[in-house]
Amino acid sequence: MHSDPAEVKKSVRTYMMVGAALLVFTAITVIANQLHLAVPLAITVALIIAVTKGSMVAAVFMHLSAEKKWIYGALLLTVVFLIVLMFVPILTVNDGIGTPTRASAGAHAGH
Amino acid sequence: MEIPYIVETRPDTGLHNGKLGIWLFLASEVMLFGALFSTYIILRVGAPEWPHGELSVLLGAINTVILISSSVTMVMAWASLKMNDWGTHRLYLVATFALAALFLVNKYFEYSEHLGKGEGPWHSTFFAIYFTLTGLHGLHIVGGMVVMAYLLGPGAKMWKKNPDQFANRIEATGLYWHFVDLVWIFLFPVLYLL
Repeated sequence: MHSDPAEVKKSVRTYMMVGAALLVFTAITVIANQLHLAVPLAITVALIIAVTKGSMVAAVFMHLSAEKKWIYGALLLTVVFLIVLMFVPILTVNDGIGTPTRASAGAHAGH
Repeated sequence: MEIPYIVETRPDTGLHNGKLGIWLFLASEVMLFGALFSTYIILRVGAPEWPHGELSVLLGAINTVILISSSVTMVMAWASLKMNDWGTHRLYLVATFALAALFLVNKYFEYSEHLGKGEGPWHSTFFAIYFTLTGLHGLHIVGGMVVMAYLLGPGAKMWKKNPDQFANRIEATGLYWHFVDLVWIFLFPVLYLL
């Protein structure tokens, strides 16, 4: 991240351009929504644009493109835990808790 | 005893306290919103059908434009300070605060319309997760506004006493504000479009 006033002055143009690009991507998201794409394609397109916009905010506005390794380390750990968190729904869908087993179903039928 | 590394960076990490602190806080925020996004996936995958077109895409898009603009004004507030331009810094910070307030006004109209039609969180699973996610995000907007109001008001005195520490505070506020913008960038397509 720049702290030198001359370097910061050079970055101002980048901030403005990224701001404009984010607005353009927002317009593209809304236009893509008007096309009424099939749901899987619509989700893919919307999430690709959202990830692109998010990356621009993080890299440029939050200065992550040039940060110290301790920040990258903390964020890497966060991403690992976030991925685990996102997979929790799959675990709940695939588990057998609450699903009657063949033996218990037979026992109920016997009563 | 004076707390070390408030302004100067630690030799081993290259960071001052505030910078490391705000990033660790943001890491916890990622997990908070991540848990709610994960909940959204469970609810949506498990629902026999998911409503479409319940929310106004126009209002959502306007709020997206407002928050992106506020991110630009926030980073410019920090950049102006680094260039020793106090007046411009104040203008950009006031603009960020005003855009945040505009976002909440827009959200108020949106909430009022739905609640007026009886579409509160109790109405359906969709509205339950909509109000939870946007309500929590709205609270983060309010939190950011409180910090900005402090830095515009009594907190501004620090600029004369310790300009480097004040710039660090603006930087930390900016990091938080960009994160709030980043969350909305994902909330908009997930809730309004898909």
